[in-house]
Amino acid sequence: MKKLKLLITGLGIATFGEANADYALNLSPGVTQLSRDIYDLHMYILWICVAIGVGVYGMMVYSIMHHRKSKGVVPAHFHENTKLEVVWTIIPFIILLAMAIPATKVMIEAYDTSASDMTVKVTGYQWKWRYTYLDNGIDFFSTLDAKSNEARQLGVRSNPEAVPNYLLEVDKPLVIPAGKKVRFLFTAADVIHSWWVPQFGWKKDAIPGYVTDAWTKVEQPGIYRGQCAELCGRDHGFMPIVVEVKTEADYNKWVEAQKSQAQKAAADAAKTYSMAELMAKGEEVYNANCAGCHMANGEGMQGMFPAIKGSAVATGDLNTHLDVVIKGKGQMMPAFGDSLSPVDIAAVVTYQRNGFGNDKGDLVQPSDVSARN
Amino acid sequence: MTEATHEEYASHDEHFAHGHHDEHDHHGPAKGFMRWVFTTNHKDIGTLYLVTALIMFMVGGAMALVIRAELFEPGMQYVDPAFFNQMTTLHALIMVFGAVMPAFVGFANWMIPMMIGAPDMALPRMNNWSFWILPFAFTLLASTLFMEGGAPAAGWTLYPPLVLQGGAHLPFAIFSVHLLGMSSIMGAINIIVTVFNMRAPGMTLMKLPLFVWTWVITAFLLIAVMPVFAGAVTMLLTDKFFGTSFFNAAGGGDPVLYQHLFWFFGHPEVYIMILPSFGVISTIIPTFARKPLFGYSSMVYATASIGFLSFIVWAHHQYTVGMPLAGELYFTYATMLIAVPTGVKVFNWVATMWKGAMTFETPMLFAIAFVVLFTMGGFTGLMMSISPADLQYHDTYFIVAHFHYVLVPGAVFALFAGTYYWLPKWTGHMYDEKLGKLHFWLSTVSVNVLFFPQHFLGLAGMPRRIPDYAVQFAEFNAMSSIGAFIFGFSQLIFVWVVIKAIRGGEKATDEVWEGASEHGLEWTLPSPPPYHTWTTAPDIK
Ligand code: HEM
Ligand SMILES: [Cu+2]
Repeated sequence: MKKLKLLITGLGIATFGEANADYALNLSPGVTQLSRDIYDLHMYILWICVAIGVGVYGMMVYSIMHHRKSKGVVPAHFHENTKLEVVWTIIPFIILLAMAIPATKVMIEAYDTSASDMTVKVTGYQWKWRYTYLDNGIDFFSTLDAKSNEARQLGVRSNPEAVPNYLLEVDKPLVIPAGKKVRFLFTAADVIHSWWVPQFGWKKDAIPGYVTDAWTKVEQPGIYRGQCAELCGRDHGFMPIVVEVKTEADYNKWVEAQKSQAQKAAADAAKTYSMAELMAKGEEVYNANCAGCHMANGEGMQGMFPAIKGSAVATGDLNTHLDVVIKGKGQMMPAFGDSLSPVDIAAVVTYQRNGFGNDKGDLVQPSDVSARN
Repeated sequence: MTEATHEEYASHDEHFAHGHHDEHDHHGPAKGFMRWVFTTNHKDIGTLYLVTALIMFMVGGAMALVIRAELFEPGMQYVDPAFFNQMTTLHALIMVFGAVMPAFVGFANWMIPMMIGAPDMALPRMNNWSFWILPFAFTLLASTLFMEGGAPAAGWTLYPPLVLQGGAHLPFAIFSVHLLGMSSIMGAINIIVTVFNMRAPGMTLMKLPLFVWTWVITAFLLIAVMPVFAGAVTMLLTDKFFGTSFFNAAGGGDPVLYQHLFWFFGHPEVYIMILPSFGVISTIIPTFARKPLFGYSSMVYATASIGFLSFIVWAHHQYTVGMPLAGELYFTYATMLIAVPTGVKVFNWVATMWKGAMTFETPMLFAIAFVVLFTMGGFTGLMMSISPADLQYHDTYFIVAHFHYVLVPGAVFALFAGTYYWLPKWTGHMYDEKLGKLHFWLSTVSVNVLFFPQHFLGLAGMPRRIPDYAVQFAEFNAMSSIGAFIFGFSQLIFVWVVIKAIRGGEKATDEVWEGASEHGLEWTLPSPPPYHTWTTAPDIK
């Protein structure tokens, strides 16, 4: 049935049906003044192009219909007309000027990051985003959510259509207040990424060693989604961005909640855990962060990603194992020291050393991780 | 000056023929395989380039179909995302450096001497080298697929730091780029020297066929930018293996510097693929409209200004990296300016058709489709030149749609048009017009089914270079993939038409197309032309 629907749409028959509502044909006007200005500019240029197109294609179609040999036309011999050529050089100039002026205005607006109410630093990692609130110290990572992550694995036959917001959902969204001018600073930890929420009207590259900036001011609370827009490696297609815009009151509540959570996390890192606790938590962390490459069954991918099951690292020296997870290895294995908490790392290493039939019996505590980090 | 030079060459040639060379060398091709290895004949070398380009077009096309198969529905079905990235990268590198560029060099080799009344290219031995470097370069490039860590996967732009994460393939891919660059530069030098020194007496620069003009300008672009690209990738190599930090921020380098260098090469590079198309189209439309080209001299000036402008607009590929506002605006204005000469060219083509007596053989059909669809690509290009709007378009499928409109119904259709146009001259046989028309209609319809929906995908928010996508993009992706498969398989018709014409068929007349001899010297030669032509220079009216 699904295939059939695809096929019918594919043949273009259903393009103008009621299904039309499901998919957009055009830019969205977005949710900020800037995005609306960009949208207006886009429509303005689009219509100018359409008008020129109608003229040029009209002339062509007319001569194709009427100036053909089969109609007994005797070809004319003109091959120059300086006046005409000057005219059709000058008119485009004027049209371009008419486009350049509004474009300049919007660009100046887009660049005006002054007088902002708060600043969030955004750091791109392979393949997740880190949000650091410079005003109140909140700091967390945002990764593709577990359901999408599972459904996007090669060969998994679960239906992406059954996953809500497939590939456009994260575990922890960026939260900002409505009606405030938020300034963003962008940088990256490894390779170049690009932060793009279409409804805000722009994207900005996050470049290692650089700090770039941009701003937004969203009027209405809501959830806005986007994706990384710069090729950044294997999982480039899987680093979504979700921004939750809350009313100011709700935002303040969220800030308070974050602060108490941070305190709890610090306390957790000092605790000692049981094997059962670590294994349960470790499985969760593994599926969210490691299964993408090493597979849920720990068998890895032949020739590309090593197996965890029976691997030399996961069954060998514990410190080496911790180092690989914390600092990364080679081209493909990312460093998780920043993005996972000591509790998470302790749990996932414990899980790897005891799951998949590895049965080493090692039990790693968060304090062991902090010691190496 | 031209006259003297030409006579010099003509007598040089005679000297060769009757002097220290074997007779058969000069009265016909050598026999067997070695003919192709050692040949210095411009027609043979043209054929070698064209055959290589066709094979590469098929290889690059097959990779595109791998990509489109994976993108047919949401979810990962066939390939790992890492392999997907290798496919996008190799597809682009092979299409650009393996298919489109060599095909135009093939045209240049075959046609330029015949069009300007020269007996051969000026530097025939170098010509042999420029070609034979290519198969080695592509073998190196393709061999990376079998290396540990696979082929390059950072996109054809090879941006660091991502590309530096690559494993064993990096030095091989870069060496292959060096070889491709050497081949292009040698080819370009040959074309420039040939055109400036070997024109028939009386053929002033402003009488050069437009195809020759566009190639001369292209050749200058090649010589200017290939070394920049070679330099940039060499810097990648030293960053990776010799501890330099040109592009490594942690060592005091600058990853954005690479982007400037790359696009200083890359933007002219896209004109390298399109200027010769302009030449081909400007040759074909007058023939089938039975009218001289409208505005010959403004065509020459427009081509030259496009060539010049292409050097000063590179950073329009970098609107989102965070340039200073002034830079952003400068690159916007400069880029918009390109629309003016491009517009002049389109208007001139339309004016050439106006009041002509048109017929619609396959070359003309492809030429008309070129004008319509390339102009569409031009419109989206104009939209993208406006930096604030490009903040949305950049790195989405809108861009993919744009550049494929200028490269597929642009460059590739011009190549089809040129092949159908000159094939009877090359082989001495008419191609199968029915199959040619079938190829045309299938290609034109499917190329639009393939690329038009991608505009919508981009505007709706689908980033490019992703192996999987959110479900709201499913319908247009399915449509695009169906178009891709129809387009891909339609090209087999083209291959068959070419093979058929080589093997036989209706004899072509010398003029081939009604009145063509008014449009170019090549049509006064026999079809097929003898192995050596213009051993005495023609008279130019
Ligand atoms: C059979 C026709 C073709 C099909 C179906 C096709 C398809 C594709 C697809 C699906 C992509 C990946 C887009 C993305 O995810 O960003 C792509 C990229 C690209 N293609 Fe094609 N293509 C075709 C012909 C060509 C030709 C003839 C050229 C050039 C002369 C070309 C040049 C490129 C370039 C430069 C890229 C960008 C690769 C990158 O992102 O690094 N393509 N093509
Ligand atoms: Cu990214």
